[in-house]
Amino acid sequence: MKTENQKAWFFVLPVLLLVAFNALIPMMTVVNYSVQETFGDNIFFWQGLDWFQQILRSDRFHAALGRQFMFTFLILIIEIPLGIAIALSMPRKGFWVPVCLVLMALPMLIPWNVVGAMWNIFTLPDIGLLGYFLNHVLGINYDMTQDPVAAWVTIVTMDVWHWTSLVVLLSYAGLVSIPDAYYQAAKIDGASNWSVFRFIQLPKMKNVLTIAILLRFMDSFNIYTEPFVLTGGGPGNSTTLLSIDLVKIALGQFDLGPAAAMSLIYFAITLLVSWLFYTLMTKDDLN
Amino acid sequence: MAKITLSKLRHSYLPNPKSSSDYALKEIDLDWQDGGAYALLGPSGCGKSTLLNIISGLLTPSEGQILFDGKDVTKLPPDQRNIAQVFQFPVIYDTMTVYDNLAFPLRNRGRDEATVERRVMAIAEMLEVTDMLNVRAANLSPDNKQKISMGRGLVREDVNVVMFDEPLTVIDPHLKWKLRSKLKELHQRVRATMIYVTHDQTEALTFADQVVVMELGQVVQIGTPVELFERPAHTFVGHFIGSPGMNILPCTLQAGVVQFGTHTVTLEGPIQGAADGKTEIGIRPEFVALADTGLPATVTKVSDVGRHVIVECQSQGHKINAVVEGTAPEVGADVHLDLKREQTRLYVDGWLATEPGERT
Repeated sequence: MKTENQKAWFFVLPVLLLVAFNALIPMMTVVNYSVQETFGDNIFFWQGLDWFQQILRSDRFHAALGRQFMFTFLILIIEIPLGIAIALSMPRKGFWVPVCLVLMALPMLIPWNVVGAMWNIFTLPDIGLLGYFLNHVLGINYDMTQDPVAAWVTIVTMDVWHWTSLVVLLSYAGLVSIPDAYYQAAKIDGASNWSVFRFIQLPKMKNVLTIAILLRFMDSFNIYTEPFVLTGGGPGNSTTLLSIDLVKIALGQFDLGPAAAMSLIYFAITLLVSWLFYTLMTKDDLN
Repeated sequence: MAKITLSKLRHSYLPNPKSSSDYALKEIDLDWQDGGAYALLGPSGCGKSTLLNIISGLLTPSEGQILFDGKDVTKLPPDQRNIAQVFQFPVIYDTMTVYDNLAFPLRNRGRDEATVERRVMAIAEMLEVTDMLNVRAANLSPDNKQKISMGRGLVREDVNVVMFDEPLTVIDPHLKWKLRSKLKELHQRVRATMIYVTHDQTEALTFADQVVVMELGQVVQIGTPVELFERPAHTFVGHFIGSPGMNILPCTLQAGVVQFGTHTVTLEGPIQGAADGKTEIGIRPEFVALADTGLPATVTKVSDVGRHVIVECQSQGHKINAVVEGTAPEVGADVHLDLKREQTRLYVDGWLATEPGERT
């Protein structure tokens, strides 16, 4: 007879409670809001799926979602190849390894709102180091408070500066785990540098890269603090990403119902894309 | 295919080697004949992998030259030396199929697809992997992965030498035999020069026609398995090869008479050279017999290994092993040991110092 030890549940219980209080219950409140209308005073009116319908049909939501996908796409297309390239050119042995690693880790250690503030000051046209240089030395008209293109260039550059290191560190971890024999065998087989990358380094980095892309997708798709501090969503609405728009609706307009419905849709999209990506990337490993 | 000559080869991993202990390889002069099956045998850290990497071009030696058919290749990178190497851990290209793995070295050298297919099919057949050519290499078992690594080494027709760096380390014991005999068979079919590095004497002796024994960065002896067993040139070889290894007993030499403690020992033949230095007698346990007269000894341990019995004795304060067929004495028994004269050798400072005498 196999006896089952049920005591394990007691060890899981604290985590369950913790998750319930910091995730499940707040989440259910959001669900609660998303199907009701309130004018304050704790009085609620049943609304059904009206808010969801309204959000899904709203041009404003489509525009913000479009900007959000654009932003995530741009930073991924830059950060992933750039991160791999930097990881490939980093030394594998010797004195410079820790130096490189620390330098790489530095941007990630800076609090997000500080990053936003730093780049804000850095790019001010009259006193910012970069802003001044572009406007008064190179003569390029650059002002992200006026020009949407400049604003986009700035938030993308800021994100690349802040987060490429994550891709670098993960790729580097994948690279150093490749035994020397692989490189030696490739040399003997007469493989070109490209072949070494394509058939040895890339396959060995695949798992860490999947994680890197997933993390960067989720983080950039939910990004709020840095663009909020840097551009506040402007000029106009040009850099109003989904989370910035969400906060505007929820706290600016105090439309709790539509905001709740929007968060749920937002959450569902993030979850769906992450799941799709992860399933596609790992489906080869199963067979 | 080519004859490989190592000339005055030395290597140190330190930038400025001074004493001889700074060298991982100490002055090696060696010829590898075209088409031979060689084993490079020695304990871990003796420099055998260093030597292998120098031949393949993964390392450049500090001093000396490597010649392929008389042509100096010391400075050439691995891909221009036309060699193949199989590593300790199977190296396969995970994302490719078995076919593409085998074709990889040929395609990198720009061979046309017809040649590639002909060679890959031939090698796959030799290795008995034809049925898995379309499988992704990542899904293979470790022994099949190692087969594919070997296959990549053998697929080029013109390779000068195929080197194996302890290729059976990660293979399950019951598959080791299969792969080893496969290798031997492959050598007979492709007739390429093969160098097999190992610290396992069974692997070395079964694979090779010529075994090169190394210790502390030096070649101690080169010979056929029989020569290594019968006339070890150095006590290290005697001890390292054989199970159990050669009995090495300290002795004194005065006016041509060899004394082991209080017992006088007769050697196989005349002593060469001056013989001043540390003198030792070497005799294999297979040539020590239990007798009515001879060296008195006490049995301390008896191990039955199946085919025969190994009797460990204590005599004059030293341990002597004897291999005995049939019934063995009990532990604690007093016996006499007969050392077969034509197999009793003298070693001076570790090196063989007797010549074979007339056969009796």
